[in-house]
Amino acid sequence: MSDVLDSYPQWLDGAWVTVRLTLLGGALALVLALIFGMAGTSRFPGVRVLNRVYVEFFRGNATLVLLFWFFYALPLIGLRFSTTFAAVLALGLNVGAYGAEVVRGSINAVPKAQFEATVALNFTPYQRMRRVLLPQALALMLPPFGNLVIELMKGTAIVSLVGLVDLTRVSKNIQGSTGETVAAFSVVLVLYFIVAQILQLFVRYAERRVDRMLGRRLPSEPSLGTIAAGAPGAGVSS
Amino acid sequence: MNWDWQYSGDILPDLLDGLRYTVIATLVGYVIALILGLVWTLLRRTPSRAFNQVIRWITEFIRSTPLIPQLYFVFFVLPAWGITIGSLTAGIITLGIHYSTYTAEVYRAGIADVPKGQWEACTALNLPRSRVWLDVILPQAIRRVIPTLGNYLIAMFKDSPMLLAINVAELLFTAYQVGSKSLQFLEPITIVGLLFVVVSVISSILVRRLERRYATN
Amino acid sequence: MPPTDTTPENPAPKDSEGGATPADAAAGKDVATEKGVSTQKGGTPEDEPAAELPHGEAPGIRFEKVVKRFGSNVVLRELDFTVAPGERVTLIGPSGSGKTTILRLLMTLETLDEGLIWIGDETLWHMDRGGKRVPANQKHLHEMRKQVGMVFQQFNLFPNMNVLRNLTEGPVRVLGVPKDEAVERAKGLLDLVGLADKENAHPTQLSGGQQQRVAIARSLAMQPRVLLLDEVTSALDPELVVGVQDLLRDIARQSDLTMLCVTHEMTFAKDISNRVLMFDQGQIVEEGPPDQIFGEPSEQRTRDFLQAVLAS
Repeated sequence: MSDVLDSYPQWLDGAWVTVRLTLLGGALALVLALIFGMAGTSRFPGVRVLNRVYVEFFRGNATLVLLFWFFYALPLIGLRFSTTFAAVLALGLNVGAYGAEVVRGSINAVPKAQFEATVALNFTPYQRMRRVLLPQALALMLPPFGNLVIELMKGTAIVSLVGLVDLTRVSKNIQGSTGETVAAFSVVLVLYFIVAQILQLFVRYAERRVDRMLGRRLPSEPSLGTIAAGAPGAGVSS
Repeated sequence: MNWDWQYSGDILPDLLDGLRYTVIATLVGYVIALILGLVWTLLRRTPSRAFNQVIRWITEFIRSTPLIPQLYFVFFVLPAWGITIGSLTAGIITLGIHYSTYTAEVYRAGIADVPKGQWEACTALNLPRSRVWLDVILPQAIRRVIPTLGNYLIAMFKDSPMLLAINVAELLFTAYQVGSKSLQFLEPITIVGLLFVVVSVISSILVRRLERRYATN
Repeated sequence: MPPTDTTPENPAPKDSEGGATPADAAAGKDVATEKGVSTQKGGTPEDEPAAELPHGEAPGIRFEKVVKRFGSNVVLRELDFTVAPGERVTLIGPSGSGKTTILRLLMTLETLDEGLIWIGDETLWHMDRGGKRVPANQKHLHEMRKQVGMVFQQFNLFPNMNVLRNLTEGPVRVLGVPKDEAVERAKGLLDLVGLADKENAHPTQLSGGQQQRVAIARSLAMQPRVLLLDEVTSALDPELVVGVQDLLRDIARQSDLTMLCVTHEMTFAKDISNRVLMFDQGQIVEEGPPDQIFGEPSEQRTRDFLQAVLAS
């Protein structure tokens, strides 16, 4: 066990790779989710089709397959990325597709009466979205987004299969060099758990803030809708 | 470099062989996840608060750590304790246990989703506890969770490529091996990607149909 | 022909017998004081009308052969009616008779199928382009909506804003009123509706009656000339109804808004309106001053409806 813990600089480096990929992938996913999610609520059928194509393709694919495709296949037709970039792209595109469904579903789930009130106050379409619909949809988005961030963090482990030295790869290396199988793989699971719990804390904090803003009380445990939203297949209801 | 149709045709049988393992791992793992998830849910409803909390944190731990290190743990640690299992078995068991923590959440939320008025009506009718569960709560809860459970079947299918981390000869692993033999990766990996999209899209259409069928207003 | 007469000093045609006339509304204005006081029942001449309430030329409204369908269901069949500038009209009738649809068409929450709707001397759903009447674009609707405000059955306050911002958001973003001025006016309106101490409260912390009073203030903050009230007390607990009704009575008395009101509360309708329209199946069955409609209706359909409402 002590051999495993003595190599803490390696663990720290690996953890940093994992966290960095989570943050970069999450940023890309968030941007894609907002763009394609709002496209899904557009009045114009052509714009809504963009949303469907993006969501079905990238949600329908396995992240690892996407990563292998970017890493092994695309360089053969001249598209060459750094490993980190390929990983961020694969993770961001995949999680962004789930996120887009969450965004679309949340905007649609804002009561129609709220939209009518914005018409009665003569808001422009942009003001309706920016001032009323998005802020309220945000509260509905946060719990499923929280799930997605954890899923994204877990998803980063696939980069160990294309040579990036993240937490998972470090555990494999240390197991190889010290032979302490049980210790190496136990430590890595605990480290992932700690990272996940820290992420949870941030998500909970954001949820509490938004719920206070909307004057709602947070349910102590996620509802079926929230759980379903993080899963593939269908997004939030409607 | 262009797409090689001849090569694509040649590798297809190999890929379909890999798909067989993918499907086996997904389906058997799913059965484990469905059953074990129910066990977690029941264990969380015992009278002992402390015990319920222990179960909660165990499932939380499994759910918030990635599948690949879990696969390493099961595949490499169990032999160290004298239990030797093949890579496919290790993969199936890990996949099943991992997703059992998700199905457990689904069951729990499904039960919580049954309106409180239903429980109160049962009390008002003075129904015995077993009747309450079997005739009122579970039928409604199951209706609610079927589409979500369907979604997790698709999710497991899409996570199954990770089994290649412990050398299970599933679809992506086969594609990779085929590719490294000829150094032509474009065709096998693209075909695998398309297979995944096709299967996922078809199954999510099925799930949506389930959703409509079991929709509760 | 559109109602072109938009001066508040010329009230509704049949104002001789009614107790509350649109002229009451103008009581605060110098030109109308004499006439206003003479016909006024409640309130004293010293009653200073709240500065926040809209004054100015309220437009009339005219429906010309208006048709509205939902699928194969025809809700309004070639409906014609006119509301004079500053007039208060109550719409009654069984559910599904099309009365709420009339308000929603005026608020552009539903689209018009056939016919014309005039607000003042402009059409709401059509605009003039090169001498031709063409369907209105978003810009025209935006201009026309400036005159109209609506209070909803379910209040529809924005839960992502506190009470004060619910009142200032529209004036600041849509009307371009400077922030300080909007806040000042909003505080005045909250004072008017008796909720001056709630400006920082969150909508969900208020009772239904309080929420509805905020919603009324919010619609007034946009300085509409026409106010639409869609069953504004139906969602309230019985004991909260009176407060909201009293507020609306005051507003009716102290402003010169053109008001269209859908309600099931007959006493309230009597107090607030100059004229009552009884609807059934998308057509007007009977119309007249409230005393006549509620006292001695001439149509059997109206009698049946009133009996059913009173029985409930």
